[in-house]
Parts: sequence; C-alpha cells; structure tokens
Amino acid sequence: MSRALRFVPLALLLAFVGFVAWRLANPADTVIRSRLEGKPVPEFALPPAVPGRETLASGDLRSGKPRLLNIFASWCVPCIAEAPVLGELKARGVAIDGIAIRDRPEDVAAFLKRHGDPYQRIGADMQSSVQMALGSAGVPETFVVDGRGIIRYQHVGPIMPQDVETVLAELERAR
Amino acid sequence: MRRLAALLLLLAAPALADSGLPPAEWADRQLPDARQEAKAKALMEELRCLVCQGQSIADSDAELAGDMRHLVRTRIAAGQSPAEVRRWLVERYGDWVSYKPGLQPTTWPLWLAPLALLGLGAWLARSRLRRRRP
Repeated sequence: MSRALRFVPLALLLAFVGFVAWRLANPADTVIRSRLEGKPVPEFALPPAVPGRETLASGDLRSGKPRLLNIFASWCVPCIAEAPVLGELKARGVAIDGIAIRDRPEDVAAFLKRHGDPYQRIGADMQSSVQMALGSAGVPETFVVDGRGIIRYQHVGPIMPQDVETVLAELERAR
Repeated sequence: MRRLAALLLLLAAPALADSGLPPAEWADRQLPDARQEAKAKALMEELRCLVCQGQSIADSDAELAGDMRHLVRTRIAAGQSPAEVRRWLVERYGDWVSYKPGLQPTTWPLWLAPLALLGLGAWLARSRLRRRRP
C-alpha cells in the first residue's frame, strides 16, 4: 500500500466529522409543506363547528374568487396570536373559511368570542381527516384557494403582521 | 417586545399542542380481523409521525399520530392495500412521510452505497490475501 493511501481512512473520518458538525450548525428544515399546491382541494363535507353556524364543504371553496382556508383550533396557542391578524385580513375584504381541528363546539364558540371571529364558514374536523387530506401537518396553517377550488399557496404556522402583505399578494395572484 | 412575545408563543406551542379530546376510534384499538391488523401495524411502523418527526406513528403519542393510525386502520379495513394508503399520504406530504424510500434519482446513493462498499471490501480483501501467499 502506498504511503498516501494510508491516510484515506483518516480523511474519510475528517470529512464525516466535518459533515456532522456542519449539519449541527445548520439543522435541516423541519417544516412539512403540503404537496397539493396547484391541485384541487380534496372533496370533503364537514359538520358545523359551532351549532347554528354555516359549515364548510369543498364545494364552498369554488366560489369564483380567491379565499383563505384557515386550519385552527381553540387549544392552539399560536392561533391566539394569529386571530387579530385574520381579523385585519377580513377587514381588508378577504373571505376566510375555517376548519377547527379536534375541537368541542363550546370551546370553538368561546375561542371566537374571546379572540374574534373572522370566518364566513367553519367546519369541525374531529379526526384531523380533512387536515390530512389537505397535506397539513399542524395548526395553524392557511391555504390560499382560488375561485376554481385550486390550492395556490400554503402558509405554515400563524400569519403574523409581517406576513399580511405576502398573503394579500398571493390572494391577488390567485385571482 | 411584541416580537419576543410572538416568538415565545411559537416556542410554547409544542407543549400545548394537544386538544385533550379522546383519541379517534381506531387510533389505539386493533382491527377485529387479525390479518388486516397485521398489515395495518406493519404500515404504521413505516410511516413517520408529522409532529415528532423522528418516530413512527406506531410509536408516537401525538394526537395527529393517533388520527393517522385511525386513518390507516379504517382504510385497510375498507379493503385498501398498504401501498395505496402509503401513496395517498406521500401524495400529500412527500416521500418524507414514509420510512421506506423508493428507488429514485435522489435515493440512488442510498441503495448503491452498500453495493459499492461491498465491492470495495472485496477488492481490499483480495489484494491482501494475494500478498500473503508465499
């Protein structure tokens, strides 16, 4: 074996340690995005999340103009931070529908009373089945759905004030 | 200050990300048909939990993992094959959700590395053995 070849294992080890150190310093992105962007909203029909309120079915999203589909829950803390921003979006003329994940009607009603109610319709997804059909991995998440019911954009996590312009731009693009 | 509060809220989310509602019907119950249950269980061990991300849905206590188990069991009970259920999830969440990688350009190294290492080992052993011969 030549002398140089002797150092190959050491070089491999150093390369491996270097890679591990680099990955530790730059962790991989753990956000799971839906693969349904550009595809139609899957068919669904949900029971109402609050008695007496209009509920949500996939057909309601083919309304001829873009809307937001917000996945939320009364037990979700970031949803509280998001609520006033959704209120502002509604005030700026955005149509918003909601899906409440694993939630009791009385809890949803109390949440809406306390943090504001920006929703036109709200459906209850007791077993996260519609959430999974949409490729959503958590609460809150928001989809921009165009007038033909095609998913055009997904926002993972709460919409914060600095995200409003992006969301409005995506709604405009979906027109 | 408000930014900090928002950031803290984001950090606080995982600790409170539970509805406290009872699990879905088939989240923690076995299917009455033992063969279907065996198929469902094998699939659950190969699907990644979307919340914990390092665990399979068979191992995870997250509520969404429970709902995923419910989805797997009800679909298997309805006659779908494990491959169909897996495909349905991969269509939505990407290959990431499955612990069983397919053979694609991005996974070639994964499948070829063992063969390449075996070949390298054989080559090293051969040159060694040859030298020892008197």
